[in-house]
Amino acid sequence: MSPSSSSPAVSERLARKASRHISERIIEATLFAAAAVSIFVTVAIVFILVRESVAFFQQVPVVDFLSDTQWTPLFDDAHFGILVLLSGTAVSSTVALAVAIPIGTTIAIFLSEFASQRTRETAKPILELLAGMPTVVFGYFALMFVTPLLQELMPELPGFNLLSAGLVMGIMIVPIVSSIAEDAMRAVPMALREGSYAMGATRLQTAFYVVLPAAVSGIGAAYILGIARAVGETMILAIAAGMQPKLTFDPREPAATITAFIVQVALGDLPHGSIGYQTIFAAGLTLMLFTLLFNILGFWLQRKYRERY
Amino acid sequence: MDPSRGAISELPIKAEVRNFNFHYGEFHALKDVTMPLCERKVTALIGPSGCGKSTLLRSFNRMHDLYAGNRYGGEIILHPDQTNLLDPRVDPIEVRMRLSMVFQKPNPFPKSIYENVIYGQRVRGVTKRSVLDDKAEEALRAAALWGEVKHRLHDMAFALSGGQQQRLCIARALATDPEVLLFDEPTSALDPIVTASIEELIHQLKEKVTILIVTHNMQQAARVSDFTAYMYLGELIEFGYTEEIFIKPRDKRTEDYITGRFG
Ligand SMILES: Nc1ncnc2c1ncn2[C@@H]1O[C@H](COP(=O)(O)OP(=O)(O)OP(=O)(O)O)[C@@H](O)[C@H]1O
Ligand SMILES: [Mg+2]
Repeated sequence: MSPSSSSPAVSERLARKASRHISERIIEATLFAAAAVSIFVTVAIVFILVRESVAFFQQVPVVDFLSDTQWTPLFDDAHFGILVLLSGTAVSSTVALAVAIPIGTTIAIFLSEFASQRTRETAKPILELLAGMPTVVFGYFALMFVTPLLQELMPELPGFNLLSAGLVMGIMIVPIVSSIAEDAMRAVPMALREGSYAMGATRLQTAFYVVLPAAVSGIGAAYILGIARAVGETMILAIAAGMQPKLTFDPREPAATITAFIVQVALGDLPHGSIGYQTIFAAGLTLMLFTLLFNILGFWLQRKYRERY
Repeated sequence: MDPSRGAISELPIKAEVRNFNFHYGEFHALKDVTMPLCERKVTALIGPSGCGKSTLLRSFNRMHDLYAGNRYGGEIILHPDQTNLLDPRVDPIEVRMRLSMVFQKPNPFPKSIYENVIYGQRVRGVTKRSVLDDKAEEALRAAALWGEVKHRLHDMAFALSGGQQQRLCIARALATDPEVLLFDEPTSALDPIVTASIEELIHQLKEKVTILIVTHNMQQAARVSDFTAYMYLGELIEFGYTEEIFIKPRDKRTEDYITGRFG
């Protein structure tokens, strides 16, 4: 090929390349803008949470907030012990996870390693339906169905209690845990399973000795997401657990959680800038810090296991 | 008809493939394959890509049972007890307890080196520590890996290099004292030096076990095997002593393939 015949072709190709660069840059800019908006929104939320919380902590010392054992922000004798709300959140979340983690993991193992294609195709939409149900429905299910059922077994159980709300919340979280854990297990390469079968392992042995450990970081992520969902759940608790703030670790008692308190106050008509109004933000900030903590934990777990593999 | 056949049939036979047919759904992947595996010898399966080498190898330990729609026809007889490995009444797990397999790509489990080696024992319900320790050492020595890993048996297997991982997989396959070892292109993902060490290993292993190996590498087949089977489009074209197959193949197709591959 002579240089004269090749050089226009080259410059033409370059020109086309340049124009492709422009369209690529537009796409890049759009994607960047989308990312920037979400970051901006997050920063704005954190900013407002922190600003209102700072105003709150100017009136209520942080020490009182963390150590007081009463939560009566709207009374004349106001107390602001966040532990009260945290205990409600902790108890209801623990009950929920005690349901969701074992059931969700079992379902994930079954669907990924044992179920036929057809069973899986039937089961997944049903689980997704469960996940897509409005939480109000779960709330009333807890209050009107599960609580009376539990009262048959425990006659002294009050009409509002953390146990019933936690159990139903657990059922609600099952699909989240099972679907993410199942995805993680299905992503385990077939070569690993074949290696295990070739050694004479059964399906059960393959699932527990090879697939589960190979999928551990994804399963961990599923649990963390389940925890985040439980800690943040509002409606079920507001409906079925009662809204009396109470420092308790007994799931049979009624109690308010952070989220339940926030809706309760937000639904009332508190004036802007009042201390009652600001408590929502302090409580919200606490909730956010906890969720952040779990996310960091999840991130750390994932990194740790990825390093080991 | 063929002088070498007579000689082969006088050797002790470990396994026999008889009129074997295999279907992936509608696709007839193996057609009427009949060949022996001589005891404590290395038999190589060669042939162009897609001719059915892996399909035949994976039939021995019933790997095809893992996927729906696959069909076996004919027999693969394992001696001395004359078990037909393909008999639906024979539990594939029993079969895999007697034949071990090493895959093309090293596939260590997400476990420690030690747990990888004794996986077969664990699966068989062995829990006695001393037995497991002995097995692990014996298998790692046999796979020429002991010296390199004895101080870090409890590190994750992924920390090993590719060649070490493949030798770990060989150790894992050996730790169950298999009667037959099945290798599917065990060195195709490895560099020439590691390949040489694994070939050396195969040479030593045949003192104890019968070996069937799939390879794309003609030199490798020539170096490691005693017998060679040339397959083409799902059929067994020629089977015989490796020297005879390589030096004076009887079938034109074998000759073309081998001369083509040697260049
Ligand atoms: N799971 C499957 N379903 C359907 N057809 C398959 C399947 N696996 C393999 N085949 C077909 O069966 C034939 C034999 O495949 P096989 O993997 O045994 O070839 P091979 O000789 O091992 O080839 P290679 O040297 O490339 O590994 C090929 O035509 C292939 O396309
Ligand atoms: Mg193959």
